[in-house]
Parts: sequence; C-alpha cells; structure tokens
Amino acid sequence: MAIRVDYRASLSLVGSVLKYLAVPLALPLVVALAYGESVAPFLVTMLVTVAVGGGLERLRPDPDIGAREGFLMVAATWLAVSLIGALPYLIEAYGLPGFVPASAPESTLRHPPNALFESMSGFTTTGATVLGEISLDAHGHGIMLWRQLTQWLGGMGIVVLAVAILPELSVGGAQLMDAEAPGPGIEKLTPRIAETARALWGAYLGFTVLEIVLLYGLHLAGMAPAMDVYNAVAHGLTTMPTGGFSPEARSIEAFSAAVQWLIIPFMIAAGTNFALFWHALTGDPKRLPGDSEFRFYVGAMAVLTGLVAAFLFVGNGIATFVPPGATYDSAYLSGVRATLIGNVEPALRHAAFQIVSLVTTTGYASIDFNAWGPSAQYLLLFAMFVGGSAGSTGGGIKVVRWYVILKSIRRELFTTAHPEAVRPVRLGGRTVDERAIRGIYAFTVLYLVLFFVATGLIFLDAGRVGLSLSVLEAMSAVAATLGNVGPGFGLVGPMGSYLDFSPESKVFMVALMWLGRLEILPVLVCLTPEYWRQ
Amino acid sequence: MRVIIVGAGQVGSSIAADLAGTHDIVVVDRDGDRVEDLTYSLDVLTVQGDGTSLSTLEEAGVDEADMVIASTDDDETNIVICSTTRAVSDAFTVARVKNTEYLRTWERSERAFGIDFIVCTNLLAAESIVRVVGIPAARDVDSFAGGSVQMAEFEIPPGSPVTDQTVAEADRFEELTFAAILRDDDLEIARGDSVLHERDRVVVIGDPDAVRGFATTIAPDEPPGTAEEVVIVGGSEIGYHVARLLGDRGFKPRLIEQDAERARQLAEDLPNAIVMESDATDIDFLEREHVGDADFVVAALDSDEKNLLVSLLARRLGVDRTVAVIDTSEYVELFEAVGVDVGVNPREVVAEEITRFTREGGAENVAIIESDRAEVLEIEVDTESILANRPIHESVSDLPTGVVIGAITRGESFITPRGDTVIQPGDHVVVFLDACIVDDVTPKL
Repeated sequence: MAIRVDYRASLSLVGSVLKYLAVPLALPLVVALAYGESVAPFLVTMLVTVAVGGGLERLRPDPDIGAREGFLMVAATWLAVSLIGALPYLIEAYGLPGFVPASAPESTLRHPPNALFESMSGFTTTGATVLGEISLDAHGHGIMLWRQLTQWLGGMGIVVLAVAILPELSVGGAQLMDAEAPGPGIEKLTPRIAETARALWGAYLGFTVLEIVLLYGLHLAGMAPAMDVYNAVAHGLTTMPTGGFSPEARSIEAFSAAVQWLIIPFMIAAGTNFALFWHALTGDPKRLPGDSEFRFYVGAMAVLTGLVAAFLFVGNGIATFVPPGATYDSAYLSGVRATLIGNVEPALRHAAFQIVSLVTTTGYASIDFNAWGPSAQYLLLFAMFVGGSAGSTGGGIKVVRWYVILKSIRRELFTTAHPEAVRPVRLGGRTVDERAIRGIYAFTVLYLVLFFVATGLIFLDAGRVGLSLSVLEAMSAVAATLGNVGPGFGLVGPMGSYLDFSPESKVFMVALMWLGRLEILPVLVCLTPEYWRQ
Repeated sequence: MRVIIVGAGQVGSSIAADLAGTHDIVVVDRDGDRVEDLTYSLDVLTVQGDGTSLSTLEEAGVDEADMVIASTDDDETNIVICSTTRAVSDAFTVARVKNTEYLRTWERSERAFGIDFIVCTNLLAAESIVRVVGIPAARDVDSFAGGSVQMAEFEIPPGSPVTDQTVAEADRFEELTFAAILRDDDLEIARGDSVLHERDRVVVIGDPDAVRGFATTIAPDEPPGTAEEVVIVGGSEIGYHVARLLGDRGFKPRLIEQDAERARQLAEDLPNAIVMESDATDIDFLEREHVGDADFVVAALDSDEKNLLVSLLARRLGVDRTVAVIDTSEYVELFEAVGVDVGVNPREVVAEEITRFTREGGAENVAIIESDRAEVLEIEVDTESILANRPIHESVSDLPTGVVIGAITRGESFITPRGDTVIQPGDHVVVFLDACIVDDVTPKL
C-alpha cells in the first residue's frame, strides 16, 4: 500500500503535459516566420519542452495517481508550463548566436523574474504585465502572440485540456480537474470525463472563434478601424480566458465604441459557468437563465454598473486633478471628463466595460480608470473580489461562494430568531451540503487573510526598495494578481505595469498568481508536512 | 360486479365494507385472523394467502373478476399484485400506494405496472386538507369540471350573520346553488324558505369565487385566501404533501417535525415551507413561535391522540381553525365534537376515490358528503340522459326528491341552473344526490 505520495507518478504526468506544449508553440513560430521575425524563441523552447517533458515522463512509466498525487501534479504542471513559457521571452530578449538578432535587446524581459512574471501572468490569465513597452514594433508579432496564446491555453485550464486529450488521464481526470478549479466540485456533463473536458474546451474554442470573426467583421464593416486580423485574433485569444493581455498599450481604449460593446458580452460569457453553455447547446437552454449563480452574477454586475455609471454621469466618479506620478496627463483627464459627464452612452459603456472586465477578472480597460475618483474606484476594487462563476475561466473568490455566504448569513439571522428552524442553504433547486458551506467559508477567509498578509508584504518590500506606493495601490496589486485580474490602480493601473516592483516582489506575485489560479488549496496542500508524511 | 380486494388491513376492510352491499366482494389476506374476522363481520368471500402469488389470485377467482383492488400496506406488493392480475385477467386494477414517485411514473405512462388506477392515500388525504384551507368555515371542499365548479360543505359558525335567515335571504350569490342542509342526522334538501341554524352544515355548489364569497358571508371574521398563516404539525407523508401543495399555491406554511433527520430532509424537499425541529406539544416553543396567531393548524402526526392533543392545544393558544388527520374512522366524529374543526380520515378519502370506479354510468367525479349521507356527482350529459334537451323543472319532476342540479358547465362557461334552464348533451352537470336514492337515480342521468 503506497501511503507516501508518489511524486514520481505526478511528475511523470507533468512531463506528458509539458511535452505537448510544443504543439501550440508552433503557432507563434508560424506567425514569426510570416512576419519575418526570429523563430529561435519558439524553436528552442519546443526542443526544451519536448526534452524536459520526455525526461520527466520516464520517471514512472505507468503513472497511477490518487487524490494526493493529483494535487501535486496540478500544482507542478502550472509551475512547469510557466517556467517553460518564460523561455521564448528570454530568448527573444537575448537573441541567440546564429539566428536573426532579437528585435528588442533592451526588453524588460531580459530579467528572468520579469520573464517568469509575464509567463505566469499569461498562463494564469492574470494579464498583469512587466513589459516596458507594449507594442508590436518593440516585440514582434510572434512573441506577442505567444503572450496571448499562453492566456488562451491557461483559460479553460491546461489540466482540463490534458484530460481532454491524454488518454492516460481518463481515470484520475475528474480529480485533476477538481484540483485545478475546485469551486464547489466539478459537474460531469457526460459519463466520460474526457468527453466532459472536450465539451468544455469545445464551447471555449467556439466562443473564441466567434469573437474573432465578429471583431474582424466589425473591422470589415468599417466600425473598427484598428481591429485588423492580428488584433482580432489577439483579442479573441485573451477575452475568452478572461486574460486581458492586449497587444495594444492602451488596451481596448485603442478601439472603437463598437468593439468595446462587442467585447462586453464575450467577457460576460467567459465568466459564466461553461457547463451551462453545454446544456444550452444540448437542448436545455432554460438552464442558463434559470441558474441562480448566473442570475446573481449578472445581477451583481448590473448593480455595480448602474452605480458606477451614475457616478461617472454626474462627474463625482472622476478625478478633478492629475495626481503626481499618474499615468495620464491633464489633457487626457479633461478629455475623460468631457466624454463622460452628462453623456449616457459613454458613461454606461465605460462603467459596464470596467465592471464586467474586473468582475470576470479579464482585466481589459476601455478607459484609464486611474483617472476616476475614489467613489468609482472602490467599487472597482470591490468588483475584483466578486470573481467569475464556478466552472468559468474567471478567477477571484467566485460568485457562487458569495452567493452561498450571503444565503448562509441570511439563514443565521433567521435561526437566531427561530432557533428550531431547519433551513438548508439552497443553490437553485439544490441544497448545499453543510460541509461544502464550511469549505466555502474556509476558502474565503483564507483568501482574504492571504490578501491582507500579501498586501502588507508588498507594501513593506516597496518601502525597502524606495518605491512610493499607496495602500490602495498595494491592495489593488495584490487583489489583481491573487484574483488573476491583471490591472490595479495607480502604478499598476490599466495603462501601467508591474515593472517597478522589486524582483522579490515580482516573484512573490508570481506565487500569488499561481495560488490564485489553482484556488490556493491544491498548492497549499502540497506545502504542508502532513502531505508528504507517510 | 366481482371485486377482489387484496389486503384486509384498515383500508381494505373499509373498502370491503363500503362495497359489500352492492357488489360481490372477495377479500384476500395473508393474516388468517383478519380473514376470519371479515368472514363473520361482512358479507364477503375471504381467501387466506399471498396476493402476489398467482395461485392465490386464481383461488380468489381473478379470471372472472371485474376489478382487483390491491390495498396492502406495501407499495411494491400492491404493484406486483396488479401486474400479476394484468398477466392473467382483464380485470380493472386499482392499487393503493403511498410513495408519490410511483404515482408520477404511472401518470407519465398509464401502462406502467399494469395498473389502471392508482390511489395515493397520503396525497389524497393531503389534497382534501389543502382544499379546505383558504375557505373559512369549510369542512369539505371538492372541485368539479376541471376546477370551474366547487362543492363545499360549511358549518354555520356561532354568531354568523346568516343564522336564522332563510336560504333565499342568505343566498347573495348569482352563481351559487344551495343543495342541502345537514342537521344532526337529518338531510334537508334546500328550498328558498329553509331556515339556517347555528351549527347546521350546508352544502353549496357553484363557481369557486361565489363559494369563497359565501364563506366570507357566513364567517366574516376569518380571513380568506393566501394571506392565511398555516402551521402543519408532523412531518409525516401527509404533512409533507400538505406543505408541498400549500407551497405550490403560494402559501408559506410552517412545518414542525420532531425528528432531526426527517426535519432536515423535509427542509431540503420543501423550499416554500419553513421547517422547525421541535416537539409540537412544547408550549414554550409554540408560544415563542406565535403558533397561536396562526389561522390554521394541521395536525398530521402519526397518532390520532397526539393530533387531538395538538389541535386542542392550538385552539387554546388561539388558532382559528384546526384540521386533524384521524386514522381511526370511529374517532372522527368524536374529535370533531370536542374541538377539532375538520377531521380527515385518509381511508375515507380512499374509499371516495374507489367509489368512482364502482359507480355505474358516466360519473366523472364523485364527492361523498359526511361519510355516506349524500354524494355529489359530475356527469357528462348524453342524449340518453333524462336531463337532456329539456328544462330542469321538467326533468326534476320525473326524479325522486333528494336531487339537486348544482351547476352546469358548457365548454368553458359556467351556467347557473334555474328551473327553465335547458340542459344540452355534452354539458357537464354537477348533481347533489341523497345517499338513499343514488343507486336509483344515477343510471338515469
């Protein structure tokens, strides 16, 4: 009886997944070729990933994983793909002898912590960046596409994708998918877990293609001048995973109002439980509007949007002066004030875009919300903690947890007045198990504790290296990395970057993104001594 | 008609007693003592044996039987009895079940289990309780013609505005017909000059709004409708179904159940009810939860005595009306005399339901008044009927006294019967019949 964790089995499966990372790497390689850029970053990484993956695979020829091995496998997979995913950035920044010289020798990605940060931010669909300059001229189409592709791969989940593709994962697959996105348990859509994984990825792929077609369609219709093929693909690849890596430095602000309106429903879809789409497509369309989590999710966004839009419309949600160190200037600020105050459509559009973007943890921006006032900004910070739905690509605490917590608080109030009342907490028609409620409380408390501790650490570290950082900035940076949101406020605002943090802080935030993507517990479990004990 | 009743428990015996007078009854039971008792107490043939075995059924004469009623205590046994019967005979099969899941299956496909008719005891009892809720002073309510006609039996409460008025004075509703007045053991067919006394029970038939309106007239102090606060004591199957049906009707009933696990289960199954885990005879609890302010208390515990106790306690705390489930039919009258407003006997309800199938002619729906004193039938009039194509006063004069045409529905519309109303073939007519003329009149209708 194997009581000890069989880490070799876990790592062997990590190897299997890693090996296949060579396949998606072919896409930026082809794009780099097409644009006449260096293919070295991708070619070398392909060789490395196949070599490392193949090597790890040999650790245990016939891996057999249980629940404990599952946690390790999932946690290690995400770490491993992020490490490998950093290679193209490093190689591009350094260049390789014998290949075309790198396009950006001064790239901020020359530093390994930065490259790792960018890679982890991509795979975890955080969308926080350390790029000094976000532009296709500085970095090339291939490497920028790799950024977007890491998000797309990470969105629905690398492990889910692996379960869909690798036959050796068919047995422990449910456990692995559960460990990757615990939520309140996965919903098997079909008798075979691999089919469920394929159904989820199929819906995901379908939405991505649809969005690309529609975005480019807007361009062809003359309603989106800047949305060329490359941009359409890039934004399709980063909306559905709720990623937010735009190849444009000004994010979605660079595009027309039509593009902004079009992206909103796709972000909403990305933050919706994909199982509901599967039901909708297989003959049960009423499940979607009837789902209580979905209603709560849409309702929460509608309320927040209404509040923010009202603040913007009357103008007290917008800053009145440019604070020192802001990423915008006074001309931009007066432009924002002129656009939003008293104008229904822009106020509503920007409020809805930012709220949906932050609730779903996409992290796109249609406007520099650094220029907004505190009343609107605190609502945005709050939105980061809502998170997407369970079974979606969104991160954060997740809507379903808040819903269950609110309902159980209501139950507590009721049973205080009526001690004999027996009141199960209901989610839609189903009763939520009391153990699941405890788990939800434990997760949420853990998340918030981690948030406050991490905020403190980031704040202290900023002081150590002489970086001037406000508490709101530190809080938003942690909320944005732990929640896989991306942008925060101030320094790390939607048009800013995480570049100025110390390498230590960046590595710490890499860990936060990793923890956040896997919903903390699978990673923490692997770090406890009990886990490794016989 | 030859009827085989399998299972001589309380329900089986009660059905046997109901039917013995008019049909040839064979009772089958495994228990020798019960079989022995029935042989002497009723004019029926008895067979001792296992009703699920073909040989026993054959011994009971299943091949010549017109109807087999499976009324044992066990759902699965009853289903097997019907299936077995279906395999060897053309008899009409009736099964008594408790589990509503079987009823649902059967409703989906009426071929299921080889059963022609399912009688779900707990559900029927719950339905008859729920019908009474929301109509002040009602003791019994039944729906006809798809719900567009209601029959209700009211007890005139003390101090009612209609006390000592004549029927003509009390009848303020166009779409309502007075059928009869029940006073002690007498049954009086209502006439315009009949006088209503306190504690009389009147049977009215009419449009549901008119019935509700009449209820408010005789008991103006009791609030009608869904604003009523209902407390159900006892999470038995009947209690569960009462809570569920009331929940479906927009009520938010409170259900009190002592067993923690059962309470938990009920709380999960009943999203529209508030389930409380407590002993319903705990006065502190009842006071803390203001049960006395409830308009309606349904006692559905598993013992008659406890239900009586709960009802009396509830009355004492100030509850307006109490309904108690009473398993022992002999107690019904006694309990109603000492403080339970409405006693519901599940077996009586089952008997009513079974009666539908033994009735000759085209009766579609039957309600039995006061156990067996009168019946209300719904019939679809065909060209053969004595009622067809002539004014009511003509056809009634050809029938014995004790017949009241209560309501007519033609298609979707409700027609108030008057002496000169001409009934057409295809109309649905709800008729009140004195029990002693039922067998005589029914075939003519």
